[in-house]
Amino acid sequence: MRKGIYIRGSLILLTVILAFIFFLPNTPLFSYMPDWWKKNMPNKGIVLGLDLRGGSHLIFEVDIKRAREITVERIGMHLQSLLEKKGIKATVKAEREKITVQPVNDEVKKLIKENYPDLSFSEQGGYLFCEIPEEAFKRVETTSVEQAIEVIRNRIDQLGVAEPTIHRQGENEIVIQLPGVKDPKKALEIIGKTAQLEFKLLDEETPLWKELPSLIRAGEEEAFLNQWKNKIPEGDEIVFQRIVNKETGEVYKRPYIVKKDVLLTGDLLAEAHVSIDQRFNEPYVSLRFNDAGAKIFEEITGKYVKRRLAIILDGNLYSAPVIQEKIEGGNAQISGNFTLEEAKDLAIVLRAGALPAPVNLIQNVTVGPTLGRDSIEAGKTAVIIAAVFVALFMIIYYRLSGVIADFALILNIILLIGALAALNATLTLPGIAGIALAVGMAVDSNVLMFERIREELRLGKTPKAAIESGYKKAFWTIFDSHVTTLITAAVLFHFGSGPIKGFAVTLSLGVSINLFTALIGTKTVFDFIYIGKERRSLSI
Amino acid sequence: MIQILGKTNIDFLGKKYIALGLSCLMIILGIFAIFQIYTGKANLGVDFAGGVSLQVRFSQPVTLSEIRAVIDKAGIKDVDIQELPTEKKILIKLKKQQEGAQEEVERALKENLTNKEPLIESITAIGPKIGERTKRDALLAIVAATVGILLYIAIRFRFHFSIGATAATFHDVMAVLGIFYLLDKEINLIFISALLTIAGYSLTDTVVVFDRIRENLGKVAKGTITLEALMNKSINEVLSRTIITSLTTFMAATALFFFGGEVLHDFALAMMIGIVIGTYSSIFVASPIVLLLGKNSLLKR
Repeated sequence: MRKGIYIRGSLILLTVILAFIFFLPNTPLFSYMPDWWKKNMPNKGIVLGLDLRGGSHLIFEVDIKRAREITVERIGMHLQSLLEKKGIKATVKAEREKITVQPVNDEVKKLIKENYPDLSFSEQGGYLFCEIPEEAFKRVETTSVEQAIEVIRNRIDQLGVAEPTIHRQGENEIVIQLPGVKDPKKALEIIGKTAQLEFKLLDEETPLWKELPSLIRAGEEEAFLNQWKNKIPEGDEIVFQRIVNKETGEVYKRPYIVKKDVLLTGDLLAEAHVSIDQRFNEPYVSLRFNDAGAKIFEEITGKYVKRRLAIILDGNLYSAPVIQEKIEGGNAQISGNFTLEEAKDLAIVLRAGALPAPVNLIQNVTVGPTLGRDSIEAGKTAVIIAAVFVALFMIIYYRLSGVIADFALILNIILLIGALAALNATLTLPGIAGIALAVGMAVDSNVLMFERIREELRLGKTPKAAIESGYKKAFWTIFDSHVTTLITAAVLFHFGSGPIKGFAVTLSLGVSINLFTALIGTKTVFDFIYIGKERRSLSI
Repeated sequence: MIQILGKTNIDFLGKKYIALGLSCLMIILGIFAIFQIYTGKANLGVDFAGGVSLQVRFSQPVTLSEIRAVIDKAGIKDVDIQELPTEKKILIKLKKQQEGAQEEVERALKENLTNKEPLIESITAIGPKIGERTKRDALLAIVAATVGILLYIAIRFRFHFSIGATAATFHDVMAVLGIFYLLDKEINLIFISALLTIAGYSLTDTVVVFDRIRENLGKVAKGTITLEALMNKSINEVLSRTIITSLTTFMAATALFFFGGEVLHDFALAMMIGIVIGTYSSIFVASPIVLLLGKNSLLKR
């Protein structure tokens, strides 16, 4: 019997030592450890969740529908230019995921079949309808999400956030975590602002141009669009430029009329950076297109000399430089009334590459560093006060046995923290609540046993017999009550998001460890005190 | 030895109709709250409803009317302002994700309350799609937890007991939901976690009582005692541990309520209410249902 006690005693000691080793990286003590320790022993510890550390948790959704449309538009444009090159007179329209060619003849069909063997055709009333196979669309969807992740990763790297994580969730969502980000607003702007980069032609030929107001208030865009919807020529659309009054911070929009056709998209861009013009000391942005981009760019600039090419980011016109001449080789410069800051922002956006399809922010949970710090402090205080209250109650109510229960309570907290550190679990604010509740529940098992032991004593049993039968009889009650809590914790873990998962982790670990501390921890102490020498009374 | 309760002999089950009437009222209140949630009339958190919520900290105490005046003056619509446990913090909720509204609120506060140094501590902006998904997940979680608990109790106890335990758990969740609705507290994801925790915890109390009833059922000789008397005896026997186990967890929840900070404040409140109701239901809901279902027939077995 006593041998059993020593084995159990060493087991408890061992778990406590392990807990300390695992938790060490979270303490200042860790920096004093020798190098071999830092390298070979656990060195990560408990990770703080974004709600405690401060930071942003963002979810973006890739606009897959738009990605499909862009693909169709691009094929349509390419077909049109092929037809023009061959001198075939036909018009190509790309609309709603379908390409229509008119008129239909063998030459047209042959040309399309040669260049796009995947397309399926149907003819009706002199129109040729081309459809893109679903697998091709699926490929586009996958690559747009992957590309978007790459692009976002690039941009985040420029933000200088310490440990960002970016991953795909479901079909078309991108989850981004930016712990400790200093300027979350700017981060959001840089990641999300540049959903999609398109080059479109400004339509300055329409007489409507002169009627457009120069500025409208932000927020009035929709009303404005409704008002002008019927007036603008077919094939044109209105886009806005965002203008901020630097003194008042008020936001205005300047409307422009552009041709709907996308002449060029940002994925054809290879490089962009800011340079300073030596003569005028003015910043400008230089661009370089890839081979495919260079060809299209040459064509466009040749065709539309002296007209303005609008650079449109996520539907917002950013800049509309005048095409000075036909540009060959794919190197271009955008100069104008840039401040250095504006030029840099434009270059960052261009350099990181434009997103292949627009992305929309669908969730932003940002916690400031001060709130995170306050939460940790409040959480610590609450756990300590909970523990002190419960511990005092146990001592007052159960006397020496209460002290033993408190020993189990402390053991429970130590092991819980050690287990969290061993698993490199993420501690969240609800997670701290889980620890506090685990403290309350930790003594539950002891209460169940103590009350049972009291009953057995009342029946006239000796302390030794009362402890034995008390433990035995209380076991299943304790087990049942723990399992029910574990079931809910498991459900919370499965369905919950970040902070809630943290709660499920601490609660379930706390409850499981409680089984160990109550059944092995306190029992060992009891055995040590009461079983060796048969005592007359039991302090309970 | 200190005892909160000595040997008691209270006729709990004699009051079963009063208790069941009260409990039915609680459940009706809970169902009404669910109805209100689905018609959008309850105080739903942005994690379910979608929208933007801003927690703002000031260097000096602020009042709701003060903030309301600033927001109205700036002409920002669809804004809901809520108090937080500390006077220096408030929660501003924007119902829809209007472009720029968040910035407008920020600017209005900074311009009009310069001397109180407003600082946005946290932003939660949830799109409608995510909100819908969270709602669905929360519902699934509640269903999964209920099924899991039901199955476990069905395995460990006889059928009548499992009905009683499930009814008690359902009652607790409904009651806490109803009370939260009456208090106009925010129904959000953290609250749902509290509800599920309460469900698990309330069962603990019920299990303690049921264990004793089961144990006593095995001991008594046929025909010597009615089921009602046996249940009363069992509940009285375990009364002090039912109350003390609840008391210790209640203490922990109280510590969270007072010291855990504003984010955990309502969670702790839900736990506190849930623990009290869970204790009540293990005595006044779970056992009476077993009794009513079983009629005294269980003993003639």
